[in-house]
Amino acid sequence: MTQENFSARRENQAQPVETEQVQVNTTGTSAGVDDLLDEIDSVLESNAEEFVRGFIQKGGQ
Amino acid sequence: MDRRIFGLETEFGLNYVPSDGRRLTPEDAARHLFRPVVAWGRSSNVFLNNGSRLYLDVGSHPEYATAECDQLLQLIAHDRAGETVMLDLVEQAEEQLLEEGHEGRLFLFKNNVDSAGNSYGCHENYLIPRKVEFKRLADMLIPFLVTRQLLCGAGHLVQVEDETKFVFSQRADHMWEGVSSATTRSRPIINTRDEPHADAEYHRRLHVIVGDSSMSETTQLLKIGATDLVLRLIESGEIYHDLRLENPIRSIRSISHEFTGQTVVRLMSGDEPTALQLQWKILELVKGFVARHGAHHDQVDRVLELWERVLVAVESQNFSLIDKDIDWAIKHKLITGYAAKNNLSLDSHRIAQLNLTYHDIDPTRGLFHLLRRRGLASSVLDPQAIADAVENPPATTRAAVRSKFIRAARETGRRYSTDWVHMKYEEGEGGVVLCKDPFATTNSAVDELIEMMRRPV
Repeated sequence: MTQENFSARRENQAQPVETEQVQVNTTGTSAGVDDLLDEIDSVLESNAEEFVRGFIQKGGQ
Repeated sequence: MDRRIFGLETEFGLNYVPSDGRRLTPEDAARHLFRPVVAWGRSSNVFLNNGSRLYLDVGSHPEYATAECDQLLQLIAHDRAGETVMLDLVEQAEEQLLEEGHEGRLFLFKNNVDSAGNSYGCHENYLIPRKVEFKRLADMLIPFLVTRQLLCGAGHLVQVEDETKFVFSQRADHMWEGVSSATTRSRPIINTRDEPHADAEYHRRLHVIVGDSSMSETTQLLKIGATDLVLRLIESGEIYHDLRLENPIRSIRSISHEFTGQTVVRLMSGDEPTALQLQWKILELVKGFVARHGAHHDQVDRVLELWERVLVAVESQNFSLIDKDIDWAIKHKLITGYAAKNNLSLDSHRIAQLNLTYHDIDPTRGLFHLLRRRGLASSVLDPQAIADAVENPPATTRAAVRSKFIRAARETGRRYSTDWVHMKYEEGEGGVVLCKDPFATTNSAVDELIEMMRRPV
């Protein structure tokens, strides 16, 4: 932690947040769609019901 | 106003998902998330080097309020910078939790509702001239805000009469009044809290709390850009057709639930246009205004083009015209495509999970970001602009003064405090400076405080 800010990341790493926008033409082809759906399934938490039900906050503004 | 101060306040939903079965309460998760902030600023309510405010709000929601901005792309960059700041905190909190034996992942959602129906907001702030009569402004602005969800809703799934439907807005079902001073118990479309954070003789702060948070930068551009144009039209004093709604709250819900834009909206005049017709009318008025007075910034044409394209898309029900640009349409394509391919109904848990994970700000697993990487969602910013906004204030507003003051205080290790208008040096003879002009980028009295900090006490 530095005096200037509380970031752990900014000083020794480039921004990993904004990766380059890769233009992949996935629309129109069923292979593209399948590939997209596979990627979606790979990033989702496995227990959908528990994941959604567990997200309870107090109300905000 | 040709030059207007804008600010966006975003409350994030926070959830900790344990891998080891040991849950954390939202309060605990928030406390862990903000530990580095407290260590840095001795408080969970701080102003950062880039002039923004970072804090834990009502209900343990992490909140990021952008610094004062005066340009659209600058504002969008600063709002996105808030996501970067939050992600940084998530990374640190997960590491810290692991050290304490908690294995799991923290999720931050840039959305407006949790699974139990609790809502939290994205608040828009617009500086307006004091001389504009507020009632007249509200009368003219509310019909626009009630129908604006067609342009920039985040899309949501709600149960309407035993059927789960895809609707325009997350926030529409959580609004209860047209105009009031409440924010949590009874949420109004326009909040009248009048803290201008500027010279109250000349300025007023318009606080709009009806909007959905935007994942898409393009949607954000349209949301703020169109609202600014409508405000300019109202501020000009030009008279236009009375569009006051008989019942704004009933209308905002029925418009959200009717995905065709064909909801009939009853006006106080007795007219009964559809939501789409109302939007077309307002767009026509704004285009006429711009034609007469000229564009006041370089994004006006882009905003008007997008606005018109969305209305055409809703009218023709050809969402492919906007399904890379507008949050509800991007999400609608994602959800309907996924549901069709997997034979799921809209009330399945997996679809609810997609609806939520669209708003996950994590760049690798958040579904909006996944689509953006694949070229299925547009951006308006160069990523470098976001990285710059994390570190630096908007150079064209008072945020530059605040940033300079905070940096100097931290470099010298002096005790200080600040808010939107005050810069206070708390050592030696000390002093406090009131910065009333949000457009002023320098302040000689603040420079004197900085000089004082650099001298031995």
